[in-house]
Amino acid sequence: MRPRASVVAGAVALVLAGCGAPGGEAAGGGVAGTVTVFAAASLTASFDRIGRDFEAAHPGSTVVFNFAGSSALATQITEGAPADVFASAAPQHLAAVTTADGVNGAAGTPAVFVRNQLVIAVAAGNPEGVRSLSDLTRPGLKVALCAEQVPCGSAARRALDAAGVTLTPVTLEADVRGALAKVRLGEVDAALVYRTDTRAAAPDVTAVEFPESAQAVNDYPIAVLADAPNPTAAHAFVAHVRSAQSQAVLTEAGFQAP
Amino acid sequence: MTLIEHPLRRPAGSRRPRGSRRRGGGVPVALLLPALLGLAFLTLPLIGLLARTPWSTLPQRLTEPGVLAALRLSLLTATLATLLCLLLGVPLAWLLARLEFPGRRLVRALVTVPLVLPPVVGGVALLLVFGRRGLIGGWLDQTLGITLPFTTTGVVFAEAFVAMPFLVIAVEGALRGADRRYEEAAATLGAGRWTTFTHVTVPLVGPGLAAGAVLCWARALGEFGATITFAGNYPGRTQTMPLAVYLALETDVEAAIVLSLILLVVSVVILAGLRDRWISTP
Amino acid sequence: MTGHLLDARLAVERGDFQLDVPLRVAAGEVVALLGPNGAGKTTALRALAGLQPLTAGHITVAGSDLDRPDRRRFVPAEHRSVGVVFQDYLLFPHLNALDNVAFGPRRHGANRRAARRSAGDWLARVGLVEHARRRPGQLSGGQAQRVALARALAVRPAVLLLDEPLAALDARTRLDTRAELHRHLAAHPGATVLVTHDPLDALVLADRLVIVEEGRVVQEGDAATVTARPRTDYVAQLVGLNLHRGRAENNHIRIADELLLTVPEHLDGDAFVAFRPSAVALHDDQPAGSPPNTWPATVTGVQRHGDNLRVQLDGPVRVAADVPPTTAATLRLIPGQRVWAAVGVTETHAYPAG
Repeated sequence: MRPRASVVAGAVALVLAGCGAPGGEAAGGGVAGTVTVFAAASLTASFDRIGRDFEAAHPGSTVVFNFAGSSALATQITEGAPADVFASAAPQHLAAVTTADGVNGAAGTPAVFVRNQLVIAVAAGNPEGVRSLSDLTRPGLKVALCAEQVPCGSAARRALDAAGVTLTPVTLEADVRGALAKVRLGEVDAALVYRTDTRAAAPDVTAVEFPESAQAVNDYPIAVLADAPNPTAAHAFVAHVRSAQSQAVLTEAGFQAP
Repeated sequence: MTLIEHPLRRPAGSRRPRGSRRRGGGVPVALLLPALLGLAFLTLPLIGLLARTPWSTLPQRLTEPGVLAALRLSLLTATLATLLCLLLGVPLAWLLARLEFPGRRLVRALVTVPLVLPPVVGGVALLLVFGRRGLIGGWLDQTLGITLPFTTTGVVFAEAFVAMPFLVIAVEGALRGADRRYEEAAATLGAGRWTTFTHVTVPLVGPGLAAGAVLCWARALGEFGATITFAGNYPGRTQTMPLAVYLALETDVEAAIVLSLILLVVSVVILAGLRDRWISTP
Repeated sequence: MTGHLLDARLAVERGDFQLDVPLRVAAGEVVALLGPNGAGKTTALRALAGLQPLTAGHITVAGSDLDRPDRRRFVPAEHRSVGVVFQDYLLFPHLNALDNVAFGPRRHGANRRAARRSAGDWLARVGLVEHARRRPGQLSGGQAQRVALARALAVRPAVLLLDEPLAALDARTRLDTRAELHRHLAAHPGATVLVTHDPLDALVLADRLVIVEEGRVVQEGDAATVTARPRTDYVAQLVGLNLHRGRAENNHIRIADELLLTVPEHLDGDAFVAFRPSAVALHDDQPAGSPPNTWPATVTGVQRHGDNLRVQLDGPVRVAADVPPTTAATLRLIPGQRVWAAVGVTETHAYPAG
């Protein structure tokens, strides 16, 4: 069995983590037992594969994921959900956890393991011929952005400011999937989302790159948590994520190396 | 809530119900214990919210412009959605309660679909029908220039879609419980079907109707998934309180708590006020 | 038919129940449909009101057809000039007494003020002006009955229908209300049809009785005729008579193989003979001299009946006898006891059954 909690409350992770007793002295440099990883939703596909690779490399170990929005994960962790590793889509959420958790001594400083960049998502084949951010201000063109409270929204704000473009979106979506869904359903003509999201949504959605996205790069930090029930395996998992093998997986998904 | 009162069933002038005197003695523990546990289960989360409320910053948070806009929009759309549900749902309930037709069971099951459907899916379904590329939405857009997604009307639609089953089920139950002979009495006094419906049937099921409307309104007020999916989120236009709460949760848990509390207090005050005004029986 | 405001043949077929009741009521006349439960009285009333379509026959009021299946004509309830007082009144619980009475006039085109004024007049007539603002739940049974009557009369119906109007009342209230109801029915210029299973209501309130059993009229006539000459066991029991049917020949009627009664009347063929239970005398032994109309019988039951005892007898015929307690004591009337029954010739009354 390879349990995988996708978007669930920390309570489930707690139960699952409790099943596999951590700290078993098995092969693979003492890495065994269950590693509970809280990871940003945008990492779902990549981390599923990385987790499988990790389990193959460390027999006797099990990776349990809890995928959700980074801020929701941060709340769960500060409210006591037992996690070993937290991979966030934005540094401030990890910062919130480490502050609340006390100093994250064992883990050291959070390492940025990957970056994500905004693109303009348009319907397949780009029927409206969108080439740049300023094209989005065209009258009649409906644009969805993320709300500024979520990472893709604040990134969009930075990019638009850098480009000096002022646009009125029809909606400020609560998450990147909402914005992308509106493009897929044809309700909006364009949305500012992460490149990784457009990869996952291909071929329904076409990504249009734009230079100002360099001003709005999202860093994804990863860290072992101070209260990690299984620190040995946790460190091994973080190392595995930063390995060349995993980086290739992430790049394929549209992420950039740090 | 204890707003649902039994519909009037006993014909006027008949004998008083027997056994109206309360039996002495206490409440059986077998009922009391789970009842109190149930109450605790429902109210503890509320107490949790109150415990975390940042009371000192409450006044300034209340006066933030976005808060009032979201609150106003929530009250407006929930009320409009309830009116829409009354307009369409009461006749539908009447149809289900009073008309024998083939497939009635199926229709009744269909009415409850929005209860079962995750609201987000309901929102997607609404987009597939009323969206720009939707079955009806495309036609609306091209011939009448009407678009529903990302508009306040869209919010009302989403809320009505999710809330209508509550009204229909409550009113259908009330209609089934009502004594149809009152309608016959009205007919012998010269009232046509429509007059009978408006002057006799509706007042007879008044308590059930009010309970249904209150449930409907409360559900519409708390609606999130279908709204954000169908109508999106834009302050002042489609951002209702639940959407504001959800987004506040991303950055500022305290703000989210305050917003939730405001929504809760306002709805409780309104419902308590209404209860005294038109749900009380003479 | 001229002379009759209401002319109907109420034929309703529903499952294995069949109603077929001809009914004619003149203006100002009160007719009671009397019969046991399940006889079809209420169905007849609902048909008249337009709440139950006929399957055959017709309903004609003042010369115009209200229901005539063979001509595909059916006037719905709301377009008939009919007022109904329902068994449990069915006063609208959300309206006060005044607005209940005003409901009809309002539907008949009166404006709110005129309807209320008319309702006030009607409430005054039934003596309930001071209760105008009360809701039905705040009225006593008798008051609710009067409001229901006022409501039905307020539309000035050509035909007034009352379904068991006193059944929901307790005995004491019934007495007062019956007298008052009689006054209002007598004043009603239209035709009145009253449905009841209570013979006293029928006798007091109605000019004419129509006895219905199992969907058919079994007897019809004024109170005196019906009580004097019952034609079914049900009617005989209602009016408290022993009733037997037999073959008459001159002044004899054979009502059982072993029982030939002598009667005052001279008749031939099928005939009824009726006599009061109090006319039946009981004896220990066969009365001396073998007078006519005596027969041996067995006591099957004894009940109190007013000041007397009512004794149920089996024998060649089943008969009820009323005897004073003193007689009962000397005869030791217990079930199974054998006695002789005797009825004086002049105490019997015979009439043709045809």
